[in-house]
Amino acid sequence: MSKIKTSFGRRSFLKSSAVAGGGMMLGFSWLASCQSKTEEEVMAMPKEWFEINSYLKIGDNGIVTILSPNPEFGQNVRTSMPMLIAEELDVDWKNVIVEQANYHPENYGFQFTGGSRGIMSRWEPLRMTGASARHMLREAAAKAWQVPLDEITTDAGVLYHKVSNKSAGYGEMASAAAEIPVPEEVKLKEVKDFKIIGKSHKNVDAKSIVTGEPMFGVDFQKEGMLIAMIEHPPAFGMTLKSIDDTEAKAMPGIKDVVSVKSYKDGFEKGGFDTNAFSEIVAIVGNSTWEVMQAKKKLKIEWQLIEAYSETVVGFRGDKKTVNIPAGLESTTSHQIQMEALAAKPGKVVRKDGNPDKAFKDAAKIIERTYSAPFLAHNCMEPMNAFAHVQGDKVHVAAPLQIPALIIPTIASSLDIPVENIQMDLTRMGGGFGRRAYAHYIVEAALISKQVNAPIKLIYTREDDMTNGIYRPTYQATYRAALDKNNNLTALHIKAGGVPESPLFANRFPAGALDNYLAEEWSIDSNITIGAFRAPRSNFMAGAEQSFLDEIAEAAGKDPIQFRLDLLQRAAENPVGEKNDYDAERYAGVLKLVREKSNWDQTPSNVSRGVSAYFCHSTYAAHILDLTLEEGKPVVQKVCCAIDCGIVVNPDAAKNMAEGAITDGIGNALYGELTFKDGAPEKKNFDTYRMIRMGEAPKEIEVHFVQNEINPTGMGEPPFPPIFGALSNAIYKASGKRHYQQPFLGTKKVIG
Amino acid sequence: MANFKLNINGKKQDVNVDPSTPILWVLRDSLQLVGTKYGCGIAQCGACTVHINGAAMRSCQLPVSAVGDKKITTIEGLSENGTHALQKAWIEHDVPQCGYCQAGQIMSASALLKDNPNPSDADIDAAMHGNICRCGTYTRIKAAIKTASKIG
Repeated sequence: MSKIKTSFGRRSFLKSSAVAGGGMMLGFSWLASCQSKTEEEVMAMPKEWFEINSYLKIGDNGIVTILSPNPEFGQNVRTSMPMLIAEELDVDWKNVIVEQANYHPENYGFQFTGGSRGIMSRWEPLRMTGASARHMLREAAAKAWQVPLDEITTDAGVLYHKVSNKSAGYGEMASAAAEIPVPEEVKLKEVKDFKIIGKSHKNVDAKSIVTGEPMFGVDFQKEGMLIAMIEHPPAFGMTLKSIDDTEAKAMPGIKDVVSVKSYKDGFEKGGFDTNAFSEIVAIVGNSTWEVMQAKKKLKIEWQLIEAYSETVVGFRGDKKTVNIPAGLESTTSHQIQMEALAAKPGKVVRKDGNPDKAFKDAAKIIERTYSAPFLAHNCMEPMNAFAHVQGDKVHVAAPLQIPALIIPTIASSLDIPVENIQMDLTRMGGGFGRRAYAHYIVEAALISKQVNAPIKLIYTREDDMTNGIYRPTYQATYRAALDKNNNLTALHIKAGGVPESPLFANRFPAGALDNYLAEEWSIDSNITIGAFRAPRSNFMAGAEQSFLDEIAEAAGKDPIQFRLDLLQRAAENPVGEKNDYDAERYAGVLKLVREKSNWDQTPSNVSRGVSAYFCHSTYAAHILDLTLEEGKPVVQKVCCAIDCGIVVNPDAAKNMAEGAITDGIGNALYGELTFKDGAPEKKNFDTYRMIRMGEAPKEIEVHFVQNEINPTGMGEPPFPPIFGALSNAIYKASGKRHYQQPFLGTKKVIG
Repeated sequence: MANFKLNINGKKQDVNVDPSTPILWVLRDSLQLVGTKYGCGIAQCGACTVHINGAAMRSCQLPVSAVGDKKITTIEGLSENGTHALQKAWIEHDVPQCGYCQAGQIMSASALLKDNPNPSDADIDAAMHGNICRCGTYTRIKAAIKTASKIG
């Protein structure tokens, strides 16, 4: 029995008349009405709501409204987070309506979508929210019936006192429960007693999505709202010099052209204030099409930037200095620089044993270099934000992942107090890390202030793709030493990138080898980068898992058994103390995927690749079945095993894994952004190749390790290892190993 | 600017816009029918797919002046209350992740099923090639189309 003190996050239980529902529900019902209601359902709406805490209201007829705290970008937290509350509240899921909470950290804590941390961080607090509400309802019933609290039980939204044969729906007790003080301590259910958690529940937004209801940031409308678009420099390493807006302003429907400086001089940027183009031009008009046409008539002169340094405050308050060089960078020059640095000794991050001696004594050394290009996030919904500045107040409504981290920037740039910012969290048409960097909201607010009107800023696809915040380009050289009996005696990784290193020195196979060396390097750049689904892991997993297959082959071992042998060593007798994985859970997903895929009976008509990885506290392993058709890889099937602890909403979690697998295959085969003279060479989907229907796996099977460990990440972990599984399967099929992503680059042909 | 009398989801709609305005922006800006999405503006992603006289078209490249009195159907008008076989199948298979592309996916799929009630995998791949799903829900989209083809 877990008893949890409610003092953890106690402020969440403050009752808040306006914030919890009222404002959103009345003013922005189009955003809130996300669970589509039939006529009968609308008829069944309660006459009166009683607010039990900031996350939930109970109607007089027993209908429960749950406010989902975190921004939704497709990970389906608007279903799974309310499920956590509903479970402990012990309510019938049929009677739950979900609404999106707006930004309000006092009520809803850290409203953060990213790092696969949503369910992990909300697991106890949200269950506690439901449990404390249930406790208050039971107390209300005990009082009303004059019976001991301990004798009050609940089931599916009904309170019972079995001894006296009394019962009442939650709706009947809601008014009294709302007056009961929040309990000091609550009991949470045992895993075995879960009725909602662990069973698949449909996406509460599915009906709204398939009927085209307004829900995304770009759908936001407000009376008198104007449309804004931007022009940013055509290349990294450039900035605004001058604007001639005469012709653009004369175009029909155009209201104004303004320049926007996103940060005040001396503003200390946070880690998510990344922005290559802090001075831009905005054009504002009546309609999107008119603004798009007039935008082409802007005559803007750009100039080269000078090199500069800036101090950036990291996530945990740590400060670092970032050097931004001048100049117009190109992919070809990056490649030359990367080769040069990779050839020199790097910064040693971890060293176990005596790798130098092991390599000197080796009977065989395998050395391979892997690389990957910059990637653009390409969320289907381009960056956008609504903003309306009135005096020293601003109302914004936008799709973003980390509201709390852009609030101080908005306050600084508008010179207003943070409490004067009202922020509604719209659904996001994808995020993948991109919407953690919400400079577009600052831009929208500054534009609104200058034109003195409510505006919706929309990036064109081209503006979105060329704006920066990319997945960096990376390179990693792996060396393995084998003795005369083909035993692996040492491993050496040297990894780097522009502008950051992808290295995780303490991840597997560190800890499994007596002699281990990990080095890194990096090259400064003025091209901005940002988190991209499983940052760094999304490259390292593919490189590492390809290399492990090469070693296994050289050692004449089965690739799964080879990995399991290393993991056994790491479990039984780990080297070093900083290994950041659980070797037994790691082996667990490999064993499960081996069993579920019938690895030992691989069908003769397919080639199989295996891969496993650990990141965001979750273990994932894939086996990918591939055929070659006219020299092109066709993914027939992916079998996947995941250990993310308790799975809250299994079918939704499977959907995440399927998406991650397809996304990874797409990026491994096609994903690439190159630069010439500072300018991205791809600006839209005619040249930036995205995976499409016929290229997705024909079948995906997802299996979860069954355990009762608290839930961990799901959005990112299945993504990184698929790169390795694909690479290993292509090698089996074609005899050719791909070292450079994308595997199907424009000039590369398989076979 | 010019006046256009459009036939959208069975209703006559008068709009006063520049003749070059793509139907996408007429729907979104003039008529507040925002289920049709902007994704690329160059007919490469399919998020803006609508039906013109029953055929799937990319509305971002279709000027209002070229439509005349042809029937325009958007996701909002595909069915009453979201009861099209595909919409039901989408919910049954719990297809969407972020959901942004799904209206376009459904509009492409519904045009396919109208012409070809029992599509093969290859038919589906070909008909859906123009619709990008960045979240990678293709396997579920395909399964939902097959389910709808059986019940539709």
